[in-house]
Amino acid sequence: MDRLTRLMALARNTWRGLTSMRTALVLLFLLALAALPGALLPQYALNPERVRTYRTEHPTLAPVLDKLGFFEVFASPWFAAIYLLLFVSLVGCVVPRSAEYARQLRRAPVATPRNLARLPHHARSQSPNISVEEVITAARRRLRGWRIAEGDEPHGTRTLSAERGYLREAGNLVFHLALLGLLVCFAIGKLVGYEGQVIVLANGSQFCNSGPLAYDSFRPGLSVDGTRLGPFCLRVERFTSTYLSTGQPQEFRAAISYQGPDDLAAGAWHPQQLAVNDPLRLGGTRVYLLGNGYAPQFTVTFPDGQQRTGLVQWRPVEIATLLSEGTTKFDPPGVTDDAVRRTRQIAITGLFAPTAAFQGSLLSSGFPDLRDPAVAIDVLQGDLGNNSGRGQSIFSIDQSMVDSGRLKQVARQNLRPGEQLTLPDRTVVRFDGVTRFVSLQVSYDPAQLWVLGFAVLVLAGLALSLTVKRRRFWVRVSPAGPDGTVVELGGLARTEAAGYGEEFDRIAADLLPPGSSQPLVPAAASRKGDVM
Amino acid sequence: MPVNPVLASFGDLAYSTALVLYLLAMVLHAVEYAAARAGAVPSQVVVAPGEGSVATLAPVATLAPPAPRRGKPERVGRSAVALTVLAALVHTSSLALRGAAIGRVPWANMYEFASAICLVAVTAWLVVLYRQRGAEPVLRRLGVFVLLPVVVLLFLGGTVLYAQAAPLIPALNSYWITIHVSAAATASGILLVSGVASVLYLVRERAGDRVADRLPSSATLDRLAYRTAVFALPIWTFAVMTGAIWAEAAWGRYWGWDPKETCSLVAWVVYAGYLHARATAGWRGSRAAWINVAGFGVMLFNLFFVNIVIAGFHSYAGI
Repeated sequence: MDRLTRLMALARNTWRGLTSMRTALVLLFLLALAALPGALLPQYALNPERVRTYRTEHPTLAPVLDKLGFFEVFASPWFAAIYLLLFVSLVGCVVPRSAEYARQLRRAPVATPRNLARLPHHARSQSPNISVEEVITAARRRLRGWRIAEGDEPHGTRTLSAERGYLREAGNLVFHLALLGLLVCFAIGKLVGYEGQVIVLANGSQFCNSGPLAYDSFRPGLSVDGTRLGPFCLRVERFTSTYLSTGQPQEFRAAISYQGPDDLAAGAWHPQQLAVNDPLRLGGTRVYLLGNGYAPQFTVTFPDGQQRTGLVQWRPVEIATLLSEGTTKFDPPGVTDDAVRRTRQIAITGLFAPTAAFQGSLLSSGFPDLRDPAVAIDVLQGDLGNNSGRGQSIFSIDQSMVDSGRLKQVARQNLRPGEQLTLPDRTVVRFDGVTRFVSLQVSYDPAQLWVLGFAVLVLAGLALSLTVKRRRFWVRVSPAGPDGTVVELGGLARTEAAGYGEEFDRIAADLLPPGSSQPLVPAAASRKGDVM
Repeated sequence: MPVNPVLASFGDLAYSTALVLYLLAMVLHAVEYAAARAGAVPSQVVVAPGEGSVATLAPVATLAPPAPRRGKPERVGRSAVALTVLAALVHTSSLALRGAAIGRVPWANMYEFASAICLVAVTAWLVVLYRQRGAEPVLRRLGVFVLLPVVVLLFLGGTVLYAQAAPLIPALNSYWITIHVSAAATASGILLVSGVASVLYLVRERAGDRVADRLPSSATLDRLAYRTAVFALPIWTFAVMTGAIWAEAAWGRYWGWDPKETCSLVAWVVYAGYLHARATAGWRGSRAAWINVAGFGVMLFNLFFVNIVIAGFHSYAGI
């Protein structure tokens, strides 16, 4: 029993500690602090390439950081622990406050304090020719929109308490609860949403959202197994780009046709322009134009006269000039013997420049648009190693095959469209020309409109809680003494530095009878405190 | 839309002119500050018992007796403010000319963005002064400290960050740039004033009366910092929100922990902490001021370090 009491006390104190403002403050700063490495260090989720670079540059530090989750801060348990604690603290603070607020809404304003002169805002006057009732009626009229309670004191003295600005606390509560809602919807979106990237050639090639395999990279939410992606197909007919003379891009535009979920059976295609900042929205699925590049086309004529054409995207290495690198790979046709085949595979690898600029025989690109395309290629022959069971980049060859001598360089040359080169075994490689490709992203997040809704509530709540002033106004009127009716006014803003003075002065000026003796405490004195 | 080089060069000329005028105004403010008699600002703090345990602090500065003729600091200070107004007008025209030259909002790269932030900061400062008119001129002495970061930022903008007038790249070519970047610049500019007020508050608290007694009372500085921060925080929230909406249209997701996004959130959290700290016993005063300064530090970090050093989605907005 004793132990249970102690345990209960411990639990209660922990809860109190967790929900105190001080703890919330500390957690807020921990959150800010913990998020910073996410901006400072390269992150797997954003750019795995840069994480790898960082790891090779910092061989001793990086493994430790990796172990601690510093390269995936926003997926790390410690980051989650901080924001979960913060939100528990928030709930623990906001729920009791909501209940308290509900009670306050039903309660009458606080009774008039005995000594109004001690309040930060105060005014007083006396007038022989006005009655108590008249002052109270005037105050009631002037304070329309305020929550009002009236009271009687001995000797015929009447009081009136008024309070206004209840929306401040409402805004405060809405702000905090909406933050909570926003977090929940964010999490739901991450759970059931997905993102996929795919490269599609802009020559009428087609992409269908049939499953993860259709993508070059696919990031599913935890509950997404890829079997029920929103079905649609699209065809990229054309891609156009315009540039300033400086090479700065001005416009990217892809002409596409698409079939929505309802059109797939009917086979109808809808034309559509896809541009940066202007995605295609199909129900909840969105398609974005994220990037573009070039795919050089090569035709290889084998010694036996058979031809194979390869058309594969090369990846831009210089964003400003779209100098691209890549590899186009060929299997010799009609070879059934695997061992023979693996001596005659061909890889064309090198650089592509949309506007060739040669320094000697070294190719670079002078402009991102297609003005004078050229390739600088190595042709390699032998075993590409692409049936070794290991994954291989489409942009490069397996260097270990070259190192082990199973893949040999047999030619190196610069080619313009239509030009060709001949390998020692009389195989002819021709650079046919170039096709543009677009890189598309497909995103699905059914919760994002909810997130937006809660974000709007967050903003509205914040604005309310920061602009509305919770303030109180009191009137005490005593019946005629030797100098007439005494009117005493007092004011208190419940929020510090809120600047209540001017409003108080205006109301006071309206209520104090004109022509009466000057207010004993000039209201200006209280205003002085409200600098600005 | 082609760039009009004549308008653009006039815009740059106006920029340099504004910078020189700000510098002059700052020097005049410095003269005013130096000439101001220490202790000329008698201020006392009246503690009025508030409701319950909350004590309301109301500093009451007694007005200096009306001088028959304005003293030298007074005249210098007034010309400094007049010069600041002139500089702000020229500064506005520099942005307007650049906007007209390019046919778009003139805050799409760091040079233009820094310029816009400075203009907002100066405008916010002038609004504060305007609302203060009639009361003692003690707040005006802050001019030198508000103009200092403005001049530094404008100088950096005109030299290190300078960018030729050019149309927008496709990623930025959206109506959201008007909404999102304007909100971000507005919030940043006002928070600059807030940050300056908090730094001076700390100086005033730490240095004691010897060094800093020409500054306004710490209660005044605290209130200035708080009110500007309270005004700016919803605008900053709006800026982050519209940034997320734009990111959804441009990059395929509304939030992706891009360094810029992360830093903006961190700044938001720090400023939220500042407001909470002001409502927490034991955290008011210096601690809260430190948090406000830290918040502005994050904003500066977000502007310079994230754009220039860290590669992210926002790096195209760089120099």
